[in-house]
Amino acid sequence: MTSKLSQVLAAARAEERAALIGYLPAGFPSVEGGIKAVNALLEGGCDVVEVGLPHSDPVLDGPTIQTADDIALRGGVRITDVLRTVREVAAAHPVAAVLVMTYWNPVDRYGTARFAADLAAAGGAGVILPDLPVEESAEWRKAAAEHGLDTVFVVAPSSQDKRLAEVTAAGSGFVYAAAVMGVTGSRAQVGELAEDLVARTRATTELPVCVGLGVSTGAQAAQVAGFADGVIVGSAFVQRILDAGEDEPAALAAVRALAAELAQGVRSR
Amino acid sequence: MSDLPTGPQVPDARGYFGAYGGRFIPEALIAAVEQVAEEYEKAKNDPAFTAELDLLLKDYTGRPSPLTDVHRFSAEAGGARVLLKREDLNHTGSHKINNVLGQALLTRRMGKTRIIAETGAGQHGVATATACALFGFDCTIYMGEVDTERQALNVARMRMLGAEVVAVKSGSRTLKDAINEAFRDWVANVDSTHYLFGTVAGPHPFPAMVRDFHRVIGIEARAQVLERTGALPDAVVACVGGGSNAMGIFHEFIPDAGVRLIGCEAAGEGAETPRHAATLTKGEPGVLHGARTYVLQDEDGQTIESHSISAGLDYPGVGPEHAWLKDTGRAEYRPVTDDAAMQALRLLSRTEGIIPAIESAHALAGALELGRELGPDATILVSLSGRGDKDMHTAAQYFGLYDESAQGENR
Repeated sequence: MTSKLSQVLAAARAEERAALIGYLPAGFPSVEGGIKAVNALLEGGCDVVEVGLPHSDPVLDGPTIQTADDIALRGGVRITDVLRTVREVAAAHPVAAVLVMTYWNPVDRYGTARFAADLAAAGGAGVILPDLPVEESAEWRKAAAEHGLDTVFVVAPSSQDKRLAEVTAAGSGFVYAAAVMGVTGSRAQVGELAEDLVARTRATTELPVCVGLGVSTGAQAAQVAGFADGVIVGSAFVQRILDAGEDEPAALAAVRALAAELAQGVRSR
Repeated sequence: MSDLPTGPQVPDARGYFGAYGGRFIPEALIAAVEQVAEEYEKAKNDPAFTAELDLLLKDYTGRPSPLTDVHRFSAEAGGARVLLKREDLNHTGSHKINNVLGQALLTRRMGKTRIIAETGAGQHGVATATACALFGFDCTIYMGEVDTERQALNVARMRMLGAEVVAVKSGSRTLKDAINEAFRDWVANVDSTHYLFGTVAGPHPFPAMVRDFHRVIGIEARAQVLERTGALPDAVVACVGGGSNAMGIFHEFIPDAGVRLIGCEAAGEGAETPRHAATLTKGEPGVLHGARTYVLQDEDGQTIESHSISAGLDYPGVGPEHAWLKDTGRAEYRPVTDDAAMQALRLLSRTEGIIPAIESAHALAGALELGRELGPDATILVSLSGRGDKDMHTAAQYFGLYDESAQGENR
């Protein structure tokens, strides 16, 4: 059976365009506000959303997402709130694929099998676990497969070709290609390393290859859409919400507008 | 002298000590960590590497470090014979230099030109800045903002040595967050940069490699105690934050089943209060900073902020080999409060003329308690991991030493 995530990406490919994947942490700026914001990603034109499960030690995130995680955790967000966010978003957008992105320890602590079961029951399509490398992932992948969840692995410009083959063989849904060496956050330029990494990754797999880290504008999205199957944007959405301060309608409008700009970008390659 | 182990041993090939250890890191760092592991395997079998390290340990660090009988202190420890392994007398003032020199040589072998490191008390940062000055590496040290304030002397030392010190303002603004920030730097600069990790935690191979570079402590101490007393000690006591000095002094004694190994964790205001750093006593297995180990965490796997008067022990994780030694029962871990540690610090200062680091004072407090349990026939080896100069501001505030009435009164 083709997974939800694979179907969504195949549909974008059928339209001869790249998919747009948006990220926002759950519980940011509040649990209810976060649900609205993730819905706004999809209303604006994202095909796939990654719901972040905030963590106390986000070692792969730059200052923007660190700030959002801090706000969410200080607001008391719990794993159950993250699952509720997934459930409400998936119910409101039956065509979209809803993923959870988080560090490994919260999943480990919640219980591998329990998390996979509860995420699937909430309508989640899969996970991205950036600090769970392939060699530590066997137990998780078994649980995920039992519940029909995809496990997306990250590859980096530093990944050697042999390593790329190991990583892409273990993953499903798509391959997350990190455009640059570094943490999350907007960058003026998307690295030249990205195109080379996508090419090297494609040589090892039939899975779609989507590029993230640093993309924040429609023009960058169009550039990345020229060589990748999908474009992943996170920090730029978080920044829109931070910039809006207490004004929730303005925050949601800004998220929708950026999603629409990026959606245009992925269609103009 | 460095005597790096080369035979089959824990951890296994994937870096596991039983259920603990492993490599939970982003893909971007996999190649760099594998390079460290491969280069270390080659280096420890290379006589030129071990010879150069041995020479540095002897002529630069001042090894072997002495073993000191502390008779007046022993009288307070139930009469048990207390012997101090004097890592405080190493160049830079703590055990940290042992590991730093090993990894600095490794950095040169890997052709990297920049070193980053985290530091809590500043002892690892000072040792790293020292080695970078010696080898001509660029050096950036990440230190929690809280720690830059309470260990200001060490910040000045690092800057004097030419290092850039970055005060980390995220999270709890202590050691945990300094490590997070160092990992972020490493991901972005991994081509030029080695992360000179300062304790026996982190992803494989760091727990085993850092332990190996500190094994010299236990190898020397075991021989010194045997020569001095004609027998093995009844117990070996060391403080445990991440656990590097403890692993260093414990390792050689692990096969000696009759020797108790006792790690003293920072209990802060009390292990029963919310303000402590007693990870092995109160934590539960989880993943932090690249390894599965005991972690102070809540029900959702979020790390709980630790507290200790000692910056070097103020850490909510611990090295995975300690987690394994705890579960197998080979080592015991006891909580020691801020107050007990500070009393031990003052006692050693006034009975022996040795001012220990607050970290090491936790081990001394543990030895006082143990001595009273075991009585006058016992011999207790204590790792005096660092000297207390850096802690004089904290101690002065704690004991009111800036007040003239606090003078005199030797015991």
